[in-house]
Amino acid sequence: MTALHELTAEAAIRAIEAGETSSLELVDAALERVTSDPWHAFLAVDEDGARERARAIDANGERPPLAGIPVAIKDALSTRDLTTTAGSRILEGFRPVYTATCVERLERAGGIIVGKTNMDEFAMGSSTENSAYGPTRNPWALDRVPGGSSGGAAACVAARQVPLSLGSDTGGSIRQPAALCGCVGIKPTYGAVSRSGLIAFASSLDQVGPLARTVRDAALTLQAIVGRDPLDTTSLEWREPIELPAGERLDGLRVGIISELNGEGIEASVRGAVDSAAATVESLGGAVEQVSLPSVEHSLSTYYLIAPAECSANLARFDGIRYGRAAEGADSLLEHYERTRDEGFGSEVKRRIMLGTFALASGYYDAYYLRAQKVRTLVVEDFARAFERVDVLMSPTSPTTAFPLGERTDDPLSMYLSDVCTIPMSLAGLPALSIPCGFADGLPIGLQLAGPAYSENRLLGVAHALEQALALDQAPPEPA
Amino acid sequence: MIDEQTVRHVARLARLGLDEGEVARMQAELSGILEHVERIRALELDDVPPTTHVESVANVMREDVPTECLEHELALREAPATREGGFLVRGIGA
Repeated sequence: MTALHELTAEAAIRAIEAGETSSLELVDAALERVTSDPWHAFLAVDEDGARERARAIDANGERPPLAGIPVAIKDALSTRDLTTTAGSRILEGFRPVYTATCVERLERAGGIIVGKTNMDEFAMGSSTENSAYGPTRNPWALDRVPGGSSGGAAACVAARQVPLSLGSDTGGSIRQPAALCGCVGIKPTYGAVSRSGLIAFASSLDQVGPLARTVRDAALTLQAIVGRDPLDTTSLEWREPIELPAGERLDGLRVGIISELNGEGIEASVRGAVDSAAATVESLGGAVEQVSLPSVEHSLSTYYLIAPAECSANLARFDGIRYGRAAEGADSLLEHYERTRDEGFGSEVKRRIMLGTFALASGYYDAYYLRAQKVRTLVVEDFARAFERVDVLMSPTSPTTAFPLGERTDDPLSMYLSDVCTIPMSLAGLPALSIPCGFADGLPIGLQLAGPAYSENRLLGVAHALEQALALDQAPPEPA
Repeated sequence: MIDEQTVRHVARLARLGLDEGEVARMQAELSGILEHVERIRALELDDVPPTTHVESVANVMREDVPTECLEHELALREAPATREGGFLVRGIGA
């Protein structure tokens, strides 16, 4: 039999049902890799809690869909009594007093939380190097970044520590690390998954989603977490249940390649892999055409006004009074705020708070923030026009494969460019996912598929058919 | 572009106590980023309505029924400083 940590969630569920293993054995196998963690994918581990829940599930005989499967949770999601830092010094040692709705739902579906995964501080970054607790390493090359901000969430799945994890995506934070680590990552339609308990970055963009090794595993996870939550007024009634994809053909499917994201600025090897994925679509019966989304060119600028503006408001809550780390010995309240935030936030977070505060400040609002919101309208309209012609849009997930640690840390703009392919869908609130579509020099390449709001089932179907045809689920090398 | 005086003003608005080195670095970095985002200022956008949110969410109402809430002790558990069952806050005087 395959080693327990090598099993996908689906295979592990079958193995439990067949009596070949137990949840406790699966959790023990996961914990062995999670506690040794040469990738530094984890910030907190709940060994006792995980084993206790595994024993309870083994004993009670109930079989919810993910019964007994070890899962990891991005550290941006609150977990009651389990340390949650969002990768920030200002939340060092913070133990939330409630659990995020999506995490509760995953637990209700039988998932067993083994720990919390590393991330760029407050999800601001594309490499996990902005974590106050040190970077995560890419399982395919330990001297390279795993992407970000959900770098730990992607690395732990790629490295076979756990089969499933939850991440969050504001401008690409699930899809880009999934691409760089060679796993599947889904950013659902805005509102599909409750944001209650997600430590907020940019509320009009933030969305929780799964990372997994297969499209079907990701679909199983998404099934468990979607739907309306009274605690998040922007969460959607999810009328059409998420289905497990099974089809292998794409007959009649119309696919558009986003021309603005398949030329200059995209590495040749990445372009090549996307082109061959397009050829695979055709071989499975689909039709491929070029589609132009002119406003995509302005998406990055728009995003880097809107997201910082929203973050500057959301992060105002970190004041060192109600929770979190506080500066010592300030004489006045103002000094307490200023020193707490100066000591507690890292440089990228400060940069974005500054940028957002500037864009919202009197005298600059119309020139920056309001204009960005107008460009956002153009992006939404471009996608709507494209989906009159095609069912699914296709592009690279990331313009490059995983880059070396330290390469972009001194140049914020070059780091921001990592998200150039994923940001447009975030601005339009559309579902998008990344699946592996090739390798270049031993590093995975990600393919992004996007569709209209609520088109998750179609996207999963297309992704599954491509995944079967491309047959790329390989394990990265074991660290020495 | 953004000058150091504006950086200090914005830092005060954001309650960030930046030291002089950080002010200088922030001035250079923010200027670089703003130069990039300036590109959208050249677009003709007079007739385009702004998008604040991709969903059209109206006010969401619920029945005004009391439910259980966070216990007092739990609400204070993570506070850096408490006194007499409340959060301890420094005086607002200078």
